[in-house]
Amino acid sequence: MKVNRSIEEINEKIKTGKAVVFTAEEIIEVVEEKGLERAAAEVDVVTTGTFGPMCSSGVFLNVGHPTPRMKLNDAYLNSVPAYAGIAAVDLYLGATALPPSDPANRNYPGDFIYGGGHVIEDLVAGKAIRLEATAYGTDCYPLKKIDTSFRLAEINEATLFNPRNAYQNYNVAVNLGPKTIYTYMGVLKMNMGNANYSSAGQLSPLFNDPLLKTIGLGTRIFLGGGIGYVSWHGTQHNPSAARAENDTPLQPAATLALVGDLKQMEPRWLRGLSFLGYGATLQVGVGVPIPILNEEMMAYCAVRDEDLQAPVVDYNRAYPYKEGGELVRVSYAELKSGSITLKGQKVPTASLSSYAGAREIAAGLKEWIEAGRFTLTVPSAPLPSVEAGIKLNALPQRDPEDREVK
Amino acid sequence: MIKQKIVLRFPPHLVEKPTIYHLIKDYDLMVNILRADINPKKEGRLMMELSGSETNYQRALEWLRELGLHIMGLEQQIIWRAERCTHCGACTVICPTEALAFNRPEMTVSFDEYKCVVCELCLRACPARAMETLVDNANSK
Ligand code: SF4
Ligand code: SF4
Repeated sequence: MKVNRSIEEINEKIKTGKAVVFTAEEIIEVVEEKGLERAAAEVDVVTTGTFGPMCSSGVFLNVGHPTPRMKLNDAYLNSVPAYAGIAAVDLYLGATALPPSDPANRNYPGDFIYGGGHVIEDLVAGKAIRLEATAYGTDCYPLKKIDTSFRLAEINEATLFNPRNAYQNYNVAVNLGPKTIYTYMGVLKMNMGNANYSSAGQLSPLFNDPLLKTIGLGTRIFLGGGIGYVSWHGTQHNPSAARAENDTPLQPAATLALVGDLKQMEPRWLRGLSFLGYGATLQVGVGVPIPILNEEMMAYCAVRDEDLQAPVVDYNRAYPYKEGGELVRVSYAELKSGSITLKGQKVPTASLSSYAGAREIAAGLKEWIEAGRFTLTVPSAPLPSVEAGIKLNALPQRDPEDREVK
Repeated sequence: MIKQKIVLRFPPHLVEKPTIYHLIKDYDLMVNILRADINPKKEGRLMMELSGSETNYQRALEWLRELGLHIMGLEQQIIWRAERCTHCGACTVICPTEALAFNRPEMTVSFDEYKCVVCELCLRACPARAMETLVDNANSK
């Protein structure tokens, strides 16, 4: 390889306003026009983006001590329960948490009109959040009950910590069954009435660095409209998934755990969502810069929707009951065209993540870098990739009394 | 006395007719206009509150229908709250009339209320809850 650029060199160029940056969408044409080598020689950074529902998201809060002090035991934020099993006034609010009064799917399909994701959106928007909590009371933390309200600016910390975001590829969901089903992939009409997908494809962060050669622990990113960091590999991280010749996975594969200060984020990029018949969640905006260290990274970033394949999976039987695998694979170019052909039938497609949002995030990150406001980081450790040989486990279902299990 | 909020839809050739004038003059109704707009296809929409005697109100509605106007109760209007829409596109496969449509290559969603048949399927299918009826809207404010 002729190009051999370091992150330090790129940062020098960013600081002097000379870095050449393109989004993962724009770069496709650049590479087509200039060829891989010249593009790699000229371009320093490619920015990516995605703006989709990410259930494994939430926020750690330290709400500060009331007087007298209190060890929160049972805590609700706008009636949504927050996990209080950590230090006294620390809480974790998960995106899918629901108020105990929510009828959920007892009124099938449930509306899930307000859950953890919506509280997070309201928090970031600066709205007052009602905190109701009880405690058993201790000598050091005597207060047993509180009903108050606070705004984001008034509490100590609010750290967005998302254990699993930015899925590298995802299923395309269809319903082979005879009636409408309500899933985390949206409303799926009977007999393949629609096919819903979720990845931003060519703009999606992990499709542009398929083997995690540049994204690692501590990579600085765009998160929820502010700055965040990659803090670990995400839960269910599966880099061992089958891959195409261009190294991109053919199934859901790598994931990222992300962290960032909620106080500098924007409600626009952290949106509470209500999935009919499924639950509440959070739509998260994520953008990752990919340093063009060499021709190899340039080739990865030039990947097009045509070259990215997603598995089509039946969410009526195959997914919930693990009966059989994927039906076929389709490319993101086909998905984005508005319809795919399955078993000879034309099936309309829809996305759950916003491609327009992904575009805006990638463009925003590009602007930050061009303006010298955002520099790149050298990861402090790599994330496990293909060579880690990770295998996804299923939960053992056995007699819990059986002590002989090895 | 009757007081009703209604929505009138005008085909292009009726947009410039002095409809309101006649409602006031010929049917002795009080007219309070809540919203009025004309779309790019020159179809008009008028949201208004009418009050007057029951007989006059009914006669006026009959006259409007004969004119070729489409009349709906205000609560039947579907609103797309553009600022809440994330342009995902999930609604476009649910909407039976393409009132909610996906635009390529912009990759954005647009709402054409003239195509909307108020089936209300999108209200709950939109995860961002960007689709509302005016009634929801009034209740949530
Ligand atoms: S489903 Fe809702 S948020 Fe998504 S495009 Fe339709 S109206 Fe907008
Ligand atoms: S109410 Fe029905 S026709 Fe109107 S936009 Fe919604 S889904 Fe489409």
